[in-house]
Amino acid sequence: MKAHDVVELAARNLRESVLRNSLTTIGIAVGVASLVAMLSLGIGLQQLANRRLTRSGLFNTVVVMPRDLDRGPSRRDQPSTPARPLDDTAIAEIRRVAHVAEVTPEMRFMAEARYGDKSRFIMVAALPPSARDREAFDGMTGKFFSSPEAEEAILESDFAKELAPDPKSLLGKDIVLQYAERGGTPNTASSATPKSGDNEEGSTVGELIASGFSVARREKALRVVGITEHEPTVGFGGMGRSRVFVPTALTAKMNVMLGSDLREMVRTSYRGRAYMALSVRIDAPSQVQPAEDAIKKMGFSTFSLLDATRSLRRFFTILDMFLGIFGSLALAVALLGIVNTLVMAILERRREIGIMKAIGAGDADVKMLFFAEAGVMGLCGGLIGVTLGWAIGRAINIGTNVYLKRMDMTPETFWLVPWWLVVAALAFAVIVSLGSGIYPASRAAKLDPVQALRYE
Amino acid sequence: MSSAPAISARDVRREYRMGNALIRAVNGISLDIASGEFVALLGASGSGKSTLLNLIAGLDRPTSGSMTVNGRELARMSAEELARYRRHTVGMVFQAFNLIPTMTLLENVELPMRFAEVDRGERAARAQEALERVGLSARVTHRPMELSGGEQQRASIARALVNRPSLLLADEPTGNLDSRTGEEIMDYLRECHDAQGLTVLLVTHERPLADRYAQRVLTLADGSLVDDTRVPATAAPVQRGER
Repeated sequence: MKAHDVVELAARNLRESVLRNSLTTIGIAVGVASLVAMLSLGIGLQQLANRRLTRSGLFNTVVVMPRDLDRGPSRRDQPSTPARPLDDTAIAEIRRVAHVAEVTPEMRFMAEARYGDKSRFIMVAALPPSARDREAFDGMTGKFFSSPEAEEAILESDFAKELAPDPKSLLGKDIVLQYAERGGTPNTASSATPKSGDNEEGSTVGELIASGFSVARREKALRVVGITEHEPTVGFGGMGRSRVFVPTALTAKMNVMLGSDLREMVRTSYRGRAYMALSVRIDAPSQVQPAEDAIKKMGFSTFSLLDATRSLRRFFTILDMFLGIFGSLALAVALLGIVNTLVMAILERRREIGIMKAIGAGDADVKMLFFAEAGVMGLCGGLIGVTLGWAIGRAINIGTNVYLKRMDMTPETFWLVPWWLVVAALAFAVIVSLGSGIYPASRAAKLDPVQALRYE
Repeated sequence: MSSAPAISARDVRREYRMGNALIRAVNGISLDIASGEFVALLGASGSGKSTLLNLIAGLDRPTSGSMTVNGRELARMSAEELARYRRHTVGMVFQAFNLIPTMTLLENVELPMRFAEVDRGERAARAQEALERVGLSARVTHRPMELSGGEQQRASIARALVNRPSLLLADEPTGNLDSRTGEEIMDYLRECHDAQGLTVLLVTHERPLADRYAQRVLTLADGSLVDDTRVPATAAPVQRGER
């Protein structure tokens, strides 16, 4: 019999006892729905956890330090490439490493902050534009820097309270930072061409620059745009106890003297500005290891937390498995329903099977017919079930988010139905339905036509 | 009679076990039926005539002996070959009509062609034509239960012949019909036999029916062939309408 004839006959047979077959199909639908709902909960939670971890910046950040800087116990696994300073060339090079999303030099400096008649001696830290997405800024008052070079500042909330009893009143106001500016430019220091003008003086200046730099006190007024409750962490160098945050590019433009400038100056091989450490953000937690290895080979010392997502993945695989097993229970019951329905159908249609065989149906035709009925029920049940599972997920998502909003928390997606789960659930429903059709189908095929025709 | 018989049985036996008893439904029957013959299998109930018919139809297999149809040994055929044989070589008509109640007449008549994998367009045309030939063109969309017994039997004959078999097997085709309708059906079967050169095997327990329509009457008793009589060609028209 041709395939479309089989399906056509199967469909009309199913329509004949529409109530029983719909009940069976609904059973499958409920089974598939529970499976889809459980698995999409697992997947949704996993993605949520992953997202959180990624946003925390802890697991996709590599801290890069110069290798000759002795900070704590020495490591023995260091490669033999020569040690290099963490200068702008190094930054440019690291940026080209695969999967590196952002390279931020660690820039912190001491400054005196003044607001009105109050002044405090504090630590200022520079933040890259990407810090905007960090969790620490989720509930911030005000907003993030408007541009990478904006003359704006974000205050830590305790510090803001020290400046003004009502911290919110600080938004839009200016505070003044008094800081140390590094005189001279690293570019002229490394350049061989002396400046135009007086030769003799030029050489003196050149010498002065080559062996050091001048330091001058400067002031800068910065507009307060935000106040943050939590301190944003960048890697592990830490922004520990920084009170004021300013954009990285602004810091560079201001030519602030950094701690590393002092360190580099005392070297014999002083070549200009270098940084204490770099935070390298990798685009995916799983790519941290290869990127870290590549940076190590370039002659730097690196540090990162182990890929926590790997153990997270293992945990979620187990969770998904358990959710899957619970979800499958309903489906297993539904499959027994298919077997039951089809076995009943054989009893009912015994005579019909006999007739079909008498007028030329082969065993294979009868078998295919029952198989197709199981398959059609599986497909319909699967389609309804996936829709149902998706709807349940949506409903719970919406419900939870309404609750979260009322609790003043940010909405989250707990429930995720990826397209592959839809396809897999449908395929699974059809395959297991066909599987449960095997026994009834072969029983129907084996029916003795003479007996079946005698049956009333 | 033509040289090669259409049906040839040699010492065919079919035995059942019922509890401890061995039932010899067909107990060593040998016979030859020529192509194009109209043969009646006459016998009381339990004489083995239906079992013999099922063996010829390929619905059942003999316990021993050989059953050859059109030169092919049925006992040696696989299940699939037997199905193909039933599909293309045999048309069956039953006492209980055996139309599928959930299908319309058209669908019922189309069904054997589905198994024979006839294309949809041709299938519909042939089914329509077959129903027209039995005078049911106005009833094609009706379900069997909406029709009289005679109409149902006519539809079942249309179904039996739609795959153009060479062998028509009728198992008490008039058993569920009143005598007038039965006669109509028998007349139609004879018409088919005469027009299409079909070999017809009629199972019946009514001797007058057998005598009137068949060219040859085989009488069975207790699973054995007890009589083989050729009916004179002139007998049938004379007796018409006397039942």
